[in-house]
Amino acid sequence: MEKIVINPVTRIEGHAKITIHLNPDGRVSRTHFHVTQVRGFEKFTEGRPYYEMPAITARICGICPISHLLASVKACDEIMAVRVPPTAAKLRELLHCGQFIQSHALSFFHLSAPDLLLGMDSDPARRNVLGLLDKYPDIARDGIALRKFGQCVIQRLAKERVHPSWTVPGGVNAPLEPGAREEMLKELPGAKAIARRTLALFKSVVDEFQEEIENFGTDPTMYAGLVDHGGRLQLYDGRIRFMDSEGTVLSEVDTPASYADYIGEASLPDSYLKAPYYKPAGYAGGVYRVGPLARLNVADSCGTPEADHEFGEYHQRFGRVVQSSFQYHYARLIEALYAIEKAEMLLSDPSILGKHVRAKAGVNALEGVGIAEAPRGILIHHYRVDEKGAIQWANLIIATGHNNLAMNRSIEQVSRHFVDGSRLKEGMLNRVSAVVRAYDPCLSCSTHALGQTALRIQLIAADGTVTDELRT
Amino acid sequence: MAQKVSIRIDGEYVGAKEGQTILEVARKAGKYIPALCYMEGLSAVGACRLCIVEVSGVGRLLPACTTPVQDGMSVTTNSEKLARYRRMVVDFLLSERNHYCAVCVSNGHCELQGLAQKFGITHVHYGYGYPKMPVDLSHERFVLDHNRCILCTRCVRVCAEVEGAHVWDTASRGIRTMLTGELNRPWGAIRSCTGCGKCVQVCPTGAMAEKGWAVEEMTKRSDSISWLATQRGGRE
Repeated sequence: MEKIVINPVTRIEGHAKITIHLNPDGRVSRTHFHVTQVRGFEKFTEGRPYYEMPAITARICGICPISHLLASVKACDEIMAVRVPPTAAKLRELLHCGQFIQSHALSFFHLSAPDLLLGMDSDPARRNVLGLLDKYPDIARDGIALRKFGQCVIQRLAKERVHPSWTVPGGVNAPLEPGAREEMLKELPGAKAIARRTLALFKSVVDEFQEEIENFGTDPTMYAGLVDHGGRLQLYDGRIRFMDSEGTVLSEVDTPASYADYIGEASLPDSYLKAPYYKPAGYAGGVYRVGPLARLNVADSCGTPEADHEFGEYHQRFGRVVQSSFQYHYARLIEALYAIEKAEMLLSDPSILGKHVRAKAGVNALEGVGIAEAPRGILIHHYRVDEKGAIQWANLIIATGHNNLAMNRSIEQVSRHFVDGSRLKEGMLNRVSAVVRAYDPCLSCSTHALGQTALRIQLIAADGTVTDELRT
Repeated sequence: MAQKVSIRIDGEYVGAKEGQTILEVARKAGKYIPALCYMEGLSAVGACRLCIVEVSGVGRLLPACTTPVQDGMSVTTNSEKLARYRRMVVDFLLSERNHYCAVCVSNGHCELQGLAQKFGITHVHYGYGYPKMPVDLSHERFVLDHNRCILCTRCVRVCAEVEGAHVWDTASRGIRTMLTGELNRPWGAIRSCTGCGKCVQVCPTGAMAEKGWAVEEMTKRSDSISWLATQRGGRE
């Protein structure tokens, strides 16, 4: 038996490798997705004051620090047992919209568009954002502009684009300046036009990927995402809704603290990334997906006009429950439009300029759970403190972690369909990497680990020797 | 009446009074000499070694904060050699304990960080010690994080000399030296602490801070403590 190893997988956030085991006839027998980094944030934060947690845990990631900040401050809000002033909650949500816009733009344009627009089998040396800039300069510029808009929303609110200190336990540390609001409202139509254009573009090419759609992780799984009481898509605050592959709502988690009744975490022998599963269904049957695909599956609507229109068309084309992980891309673009519309709604609300933006308190509860949607899915920060406020224990469940089991299955499905060990081609292995990219995993986040950004594929013979290795 | 003396600082003649230190005279004359442990109004201990200066005819560098002026003395406050040693001092301070500016309450308002930036320290040249240091959160309003303490002892002196409570002291020796309060009790259990917070306000780093401030939010008011100290006992 031979083994192919993709190491490192490129154009993802974090470090991973994939091993593909082959039968003697060159067909795929089984696959493994290994996340090869370990970091230990949960351990080294023990003993730190709880109010330092937002700043520390934000350092888990440079792409979605806002999501970590928000989940962390929400956990701290619970420890302080305060009600966050309504304006502060709106400002936090607005900040998160900026985060979604920039992160989704990064995932689609910078990481995945080279596969989608230049072709899965195109020259790997040119299959990147620079190649995109060469061949489709307008699209590449759109991507850069959309990401810039998201980053500017973050900067205008929080003063810094990466790891800002504006979000604090109890609220935010400064109200929104009227001038900054005007600037954002001025830039918003341009961003919305890009989101519309990009959706139209994606919809015009999506049918060319029929083979990928049918084979990029179509195994039915459960889905999980945050919704409000009306079942609408929520990014900053909401209840976790679990749905089965048929579209039946299995449960809704009423209070953040009860997440552990629904989510179990298994350790895998060949990866530093733990594998959460839906507890009531057990480890083997509890595979669920999170992120854009899952969010648009569990939500009844988005709650903003244009995104709802796109939401309707998306489900009409691919069914009430969209199973193919290839459609993560489509869902991501609808969410980018939603985030822009939501930002517009929040900015248009006069109370966004309110001056009361922070509640202050000491330690009033010894445990706090903060749950938010990160661009890649549900993010959970769970802290326990002593009476003095020193962290005693922390558990972080990261978006990509939830998708671990589903990602493993998708890799196996894609490998079985596209990889032929007897005539190995780079394009085959790129599809294996591309399915990982569809999930837009952030592996640095998910293991809270350190490492280089990349992914590898290896081909290993029956006796265990690596016969081929590909760095994509 | 103290006798008047005349010294030269960086080539300029400066008038001074006997009993004054080089640092006092130089700062009054508008000269910049960095210091971390020195604070106007408190006694000088010469702990941080950042205020070292060159004195003509003396073969070693002298701390300006504890060296009294002498008539005819010629002092150099800035040279390549002094800059090198001062950078080294900050390097040592940064490597000794766990200074993570990015997540510190005093980020952006820290005197140690400010000096590192001023000296252009982008890398620490010595191996980090990574000592396991306690964080004392036992006080209702204040926190003491030994990870960020540089043992300047400003807190020790302000408490003893201005507040008059003398809660703080140092224990052990050398690299094991630790700030300690009232025979090594947790801050919250110290009976002699009046809770005035002067120690927090004079701390140059994030080692002592008010509780509840998020990263970058803790600003200190050491100037007002200096002012208060100089008003006590008819000092100038």
